[in-house]
Amino acid sequence: MQSPLITSFTVTSALGRGLAATARRLAAAETGLAPCRFETVDLDTFVGEVPGIDAHPLPATLRRFDCRNNRLADLALATDGFAEAVAAASARWGAGRVGVFLGTSTAGILSTEIAYRHRDAITGALPADYRYRETHNTNSVTEFVRDRLGLAGPALTHSTACSSSAKAFASAWRAIASGIADAAVVGGVDTLCLTTLYGFHSLGLLSSRPCRPWDANRDGICIGEGAAFFLVERAQPGRDPAPRLLGFGESCDAYHMSSPHPQGEGARAAMQAALARAGLEPGDIDYVNLHGTATPANDAAEDKAVTAVFGDRVPCSSTKGATGHTLGAAGAVEAAIALLALADGFVPPGLGVDTPDPQLHVRYATRTERRVLRRAMSNSFGFGGSNCSLVFGAATEAPR
Amino acid sequence: MSLLARVAGIGVAGPGLPDWESARAALRDPAAFVRSPTAVPVPEALPPVERRRCGTNVKLALGAGFEAARRSGLPPEAFATVFASSSGDGDNCHAICETLASEDRQISPTRFHNSVHNAPSGYWSIASRSTRPSDSIGAFDASFAAGLLEALTRIAGGESPVMLIAYDSPYPEPLQAARPMTDGFAVALALLPPDATGLLLGATIANEAPTVLANEALEALRLGVPAARSLALLALLARGDTGTAALEYLPGLALRIEVSP
Repeated sequence: MQSPLITSFTVTSALGRGLAATARRLAAAETGLAPCRFETVDLDTFVGEVPGIDAHPLPATLRRFDCRNNRLADLALATDGFAEAVAAASARWGAGRVGVFLGTSTAGILSTEIAYRHRDAITGALPADYRYRETHNTNSVTEFVRDRLGLAGPALTHSTACSSSAKAFASAWRAIASGIADAAVVGGVDTLCLTTLYGFHSLGLLSSRPCRPWDANRDGICIGEGAAFFLVERAQPGRDPAPRLLGFGESCDAYHMSSPHPQGEGARAAMQAALARAGLEPGDIDYVNLHGTATPANDAAEDKAVTAVFGDRVPCSSTKGATGHTLGAAGAVEAAIALLALADGFVPPGLGVDTPDPQLHVRYATRTERRVLRRAMSNSFGFGGSNCSLVFGAATEAPR
Repeated sequence: MSLLARVAGIGVAGPGLPDWESARAALRDPAAFVRSPTAVPVPEALPPVERRRCGTNVKLALGAGFEAARRSGLPPEAFATVFASSSGDGDNCHAICETLASEDRQISPTRFHNSVHNAPSGYWSIASRSTRPSDSIGAFDASFAAGLLEALTRIAGGESPVMLIAYDSPYPEPLQAARPMTDGFAVALALLPPDATGLLLGATIANEAPTVLANEALEALRLGVPAARSLALLALLARGDTGTAALEYLPGLALRIEVSP
């Protein structure tokens, strides 16, 4: 199969709503991280919160899906003309030929966390207006997006922690290649909740200041929230030039539930598989958007893996100092950043590096670099040792 | 168009159905089916620390998965895997939500890493030492069919062997009232490309109603656990001959499966 086209995309994170705001603030080396004031959370950390979610109501016919996660999904769908592009694709291919493949780690679990504060004093029951299927369930965001866009093709939700929405691209590729769909809405949505904030706190992995990937003194992650969506379509003659999903690579560490393989073996395997599927050599990649969580262990393992594959030549950066770690949405948010880097011709800077770590060897970009980029890789690695690397090509590149 | 694969091995862990042998007998002769609480397999392949830490879903999934691998004659680490489940670990989720609603919100690190939907996949990769690609997907009541479709697209793309492992177990109250489930149930299918040996599956997405099982107790189980939506397919595989079943898929859709020698 010729690599599929990405004919429309959008991203919303703490950096802002939509592609233009995101590209501008990335290139200006601005961060969306701020001291955590989320809900009733009493942790000393910074978060990447998206403003305006609570003020964004869902369409009246879809109110049963109302929760923070689906509100952010709806906000993102209504940005950059994305929903309109999907409507046109649905008309072109047929609604039953357009799939929905999304990733999330916690979906709308915040609704359940809040409902548990309001259990019946005698029976322990959850409030009568609590809706599990449309808020808490892993698939709630996919069901919402599919209904919101009027699509009727195959659908599922990936939930492999922080690689979730990267793996959604692989499903879309397989669905189109195997013929069960001609196009797909791919994406990721994750929103702030107490489970992840207190959970990462329990592991000692939350930083008390804006996170510093690749800094010698990095001390943990900052959680962010975000949503990004992509319209992935079967390549056809006569279509306008569009960026492409050139390849994906997946692997498992088979090592530990919450620590990466110290030598980055799984990460290396995922990157090499992505290159192989794209039919590319390491020298063909012009930018790597790192997973770069800013935990000591992740960045050390990923550095070993990236150096093993690419040496120290390819410009790399983690953009989590700008967006925070958007967990299940990170694969999608950072795929959008990689596509913006290709479209606008810039290497986004890695923020927060005061003292470069002498133990780390990739060519880590701390300032915006303007240059022509033809192909970019995006890395996403999750708990449970789940790894996924994606390769994207600029619209100007010849089809592969 | 139809997606094809050969079934090289099956594993089951369900109520009164401790393995594929017993499930096959019950599906061939439903009068023999005696529903009893699901026996949760011990994950022998896990290191002791992980064995202590993992929850019911992990044990069900690993039990069915290792059984299917054994029956296929292929090593467990050879399989790319698709884990399919409506929900994560219900007991673990309940405990976290209770803690977060209390005065002291400190949750345990083990509870947190067990809360991810891909916990069974992570434990599987540790137990089998498999570094092959692994999906962890959910699609509410369509989770089994969506997982099967994902596994079949992997086969169509040239990956082999591929293991589908679908599993679910009930939440405790109060979540059980919001998402009722009757039993723990897991099923695993070891899948190979159509040029291999074994019963052949052909799958297409169709606008039709799911196949209903004639036996009341088996039908109650099919409707009682999302992973048990597989029973209509398992009934065909148990008989080992040609037939068709429609598996519950997304609202208004079914995954129509044709089984042939």
